[in-house]
Amino acid sequence: MKSTRSTPSDSSARAPISALATPLKQPATEPYYHAVGDEVDVFAAAAQSQLPVMLKGPTGCGKTRFVEHMAWKLGRPLVTVACHDDLTTADLVGRYLIVGDETVWLDGPLTAAVRAGAICYLDEIVEARKDTTVVIHPLTDSRRALPVEKRGEYLTAPPDFMLVISYNPGYQSVLKEMKPSTRQRFVAVDFDYPQAEVEARIVAHEGGVDAATAGRLVKLGGLTRKLKGAGLDEGAGTRLLVHAAQLIARGMNPLAACTAAIARPLADEPDTRNALDDLIRAVF
Amino acid sequence: MSERKLFAHEIEARLDELLLLKLRQRSAEQAARQLETLPRVRQERVLHWVGIAAQGANELGWQLASQAAEHAAELGDAFDAWARAGLAAHDGGGIDAARQAWQAAVEELRAAAARPSGSVALAEVEGRLNRFLQALHGRPLRLASASRAWTDGETLWLPERLDRAADADGNRRLYTLLAVQLWAQARFGSFNVDPEPELSQWPDRSAALAWFALFEAMRLEARLEAELPGIARDIRDLRGPWPAALQPAADSLARPDATAADSLAWLAEQRKVGAGGTPIYPHLTGFDPLAARRLRAVRMARDSKTLRRALNIMRAVDPHTRGGAGDREQAPLAAEGDALPPDLQAEELQGLPPDAQAAAQSLQQDLDGMPPEILSPAGPGAWQPEGREESEAPVAEPEGRPDAVYDEWDYRREAWRRDWCHLYESEGPAGEDAWVEGVRSRHAHLIRSIRRRFESLRGEDKAERRQLDGEEIDLDAQVEARADRRSGSEPSPRLFIHRRQIERSLAVMFMVDMSGSTKGWVNDAERESLVLLCEAIEALGDRYAIYGFSGWTRTRCDIYRIKSFTDRYDAATRRRIAGIEACDYTRMGVAVRHLSGLLQGQATRHKLLVTLSDGRPDDHGDEYRGRYGIEDTRRALLEAREKGIRGYCVTIDRHGADYLPQLYGPAHYSVIDDASQLPRKLAEIYRKLTA
Ligand SMILES: Nc1ncnc2c1ncn2[C@@H]1O[C@H](COP(=O)(O)OP(=O)(O)OP(=O)(O)O)[C@@H](O)[C@H]1O
Ligand SMILES: [Mg+2]
Repeated sequence: MKSTRSTPSDSSARAPISALATPLKQPATEPYYHAVGDEVDVFAAAAQSQLPVMLKGPTGCGKTRFVEHMAWKLGRPLVTVACHDDLTTADLVGRYLIVGDETVWLDGPLTAAVRAGAICYLDEIVEARKDTTVVIHPLTDSRRALPVEKRGEYLTAPPDFMLVISYNPGYQSVLKEMKPSTRQRFVAVDFDYPQAEVEARIVAHEGGVDAATAGRLVKLGGLTRKLKGAGLDEGAGTRLLVHAAQLIARGMNPLAACTAAIARPLADEPDTRNALDDLIRAVF
Repeated sequence: MSERKLFAHEIEARLDELLLLKLRQRSAEQAARQLETLPRVRQERVLHWVGIAAQGANELGWQLASQAAEHAAELGDAFDAWARAGLAAHDGGGIDAARQAWQAAVEELRAAAARPSGSVALAEVEGRLNRFLQALHGRPLRLASASRAWTDGETLWLPERLDRAADADGNRRLYTLLAVQLWAQARFGSFNVDPEPELSQWPDRSAALAWFALFEAMRLEARLEAELPGIARDIRDLRGPWPAALQPAADSLARPDATAADSLAWLAEQRKVGAGGTPIYPHLTGFDPLAARRLRAVRMARDSKTLRRALNIMRAVDPHTRGGAGDREQAPLAAEGDALPPDLQAEELQGLPPDAQAAAQSLQQDLDGMPPEILSPAGPGAWQPEGREESEAPVAEPEGRPDAVYDEWDYRREAWRRDWCHLYESEGPAGEDAWVEGVRSRHAHLIRSIRRRFESLRGEDKAERRQLDGEEIDLDAQVEARADRRSGSEPSPRLFIHRRQIERSLAVMFMVDMSGSTKGWVNDAERESLVLLCEAIEALGDRYAIYGFSGWTRTRCDIYRIKSFTDRYDAATRRRIAGIEACDYTRMGVAVRHLSGLLQGQATRHKLLVTLSDGRPDDHGDEYRGRYGIEDTRRALLEAREKGIRGYCVTIDRHGADYLPQLYGPAHYSVIDDASQLPRKLAEIYRKLTA
């Protein structure tokens, strides 16, 4: 299980370890995020209304960054869980550990977030095992509760607690579609690639390149996105463009940088790879 | 292969066996002697292909054997491609065609050997060029070969071969560069002004056209500088500096607001000074604005009709969407150059169906903007249904009572046609046993690797925790039990982890296009890919069924059962796969309705309907062709969606990207450029789809 929260070392406690023992920290500086639409307002309103939020959108378009930004803005701690197919309920809620000869309870990230009134971000929720999605159900309706069965505890979330999930609808596998009963509990915010000028500003800022280079990278990104469904499962997200920019900022030749950071990660098939190379050459 | 060569008598024996020569009183002695000189690997390739050819027709195998004996040494690595070319030709034109194709392929090989080493054929770059063009904005363009590079705005013609540059890379870039310039002519309005008034004033028409082409090249180069700077740089490198006398023209045409009309103005200028011939530049393409404008006129009429119709429907549904336009007469297409503020266009076009949006974009491209008249819906009643009345539509003779009848959606009336399609379900005809065996042995390696990958998918078995027994100890449970014991409560005995294969709970229906257009190679590819797929899914244990569909008008819609959900993948099923053949048309909606009904009966959690097709919905008589068929199919897929069935389409129709997003949504289809890739790709697509 990956979690941004560090687990306390074994020696640190004899009594039940609460996640509060290590206070959830907030970043010192504002995470850079460039708003694309009304997502900031929607998110803030949902936070005020104590409603859970679902972020939908292709990979690398700023969902994670957005949540980091909003957490900072709302002054709430953030707990991020990258979901994967071995993620169990215990991984989210918590489990007993043996420390010396004692058994010690350790909160999982979700429980910790509930206790702390934090924002809990479940990234790529569809990757998690089906039974894990069930534990979030009572948190997403008016009960706002988390039963911690193993401890016989029934936690009610404080007003500041907020559940955020992300979900990529372009996902190919039918087995990973979200059930309507889960979907309909969330306020949904659609993410898409930002408009060209905005994206260029993001790439310039994040990648440390000049506006002209950023503009070309964004142009290239736009071209690859038209190949979705025709050779590519998905076009280049902002993330890939930022990666290429970072390589260029380090002095790498733009063609080589784009090939390494954009073309190769996107495609294996020869025609598509070659076409991407041609596109790179056409733009730079 | 380190094995020794086969001796002539061994080869002869194998050929005898493959071709049943004894029965035919033919002798492969001479062929065998010629083949004896080849290395073992090549000998095996020849025998391999003879076997495949003989499956199609014995005579074809014989022909292949004799031709191969003569040419295999010379063909070397090109042998496989050579053999394939003949088989493909045989599908369409029989033995003679195959023989000709083989001969042509040998000659082509000889010609290639004589060519400069860096030369590149269009066929080599076609795939990447197609992808490249797909990424560019604007109306989709087809690629074709001709002696000169030029475009009519819908097709890009490029020379069959380029050897002007020093090396292969240079020639490949030259292809890209030519294609991009042609794309730019279509994209940036080279054909949006009528050049005739100016051209007709020149004594030498071809000189006038050449100058026009040159000025347009200057203008488009500047547009490319903004759009695709790398290409513009390549062009500059290729052409060198403009002569001083032309520099003013180049500068003024480089302004971002310059249009083809400005090029014509420079042309007039040139006429007045009495210009001679144009300077020659290697990057210039052919230029035929008149041909392009003829197509443009047809296209614009069609697009504006589509767009008007859509706007009318939209307004009929919601009369408040736009005010005040109702009392305006339906105006003829606006004069050229009537541009509209861009924001209005975007807003206006939003709610339109995809085909109308495509039409609008195409029109915008043809007009450098959208004339307001097109955007105003006509007055009430102006909308006429398109197409024939139903009584005129041809109807096939009914044959007995249909097994089911289905409604069909008529988008023009926004209404159902009740009990419109008569469906007959029958068992697919049996083909030859040997065919599937041939595929299995030919692709043995591929099948093994696909199976391995699929098994790993299944192999992701899940650990079930807290079991009464199992292969591993559940540490969490142990710890808890201990905690319980200490606190004095009863510890749970469920202390083990049991590894269990996950229930995928998935049922898949494959709906195979058996329309006439799949005849030949496509049909073979479909059948082969089904064999590979079955082998793969068997490794996985998913529930699956395969049905073919075809039809001849609404009263004769056929569904052929190849494998029902309960059928096993046994010899009978395999024979039915071998027996899949190209029949009639593609009335798709009814097939989707019937098969999603069968799929719905499956008690699995996930249901998937995968269509394997080679083109858009179509049927005899033009009623189902075009928009009607697409709309009906879209409806059927939506209904299926409501039943919890997800649709996916795998097509080898290159133009699939034009209409598939409408049918399946942007992420739910794959276009495969080359039918021969289908077997390889289909299993992979299925794996991704259900991973
Ligand atoms: N609107 C934005 N403002 C600032 N940075 C952005 C924005 N959009 C994208 N980025 C950049 O793109 C990178 C990738 O974004 P992020 O990790 O948030 O993507 P994501 O949507 O969470 O992707 P995934 O679905 O793969 O998790 C960020 O690190 C950031 O550099
Ligand atoms: Mg993320």
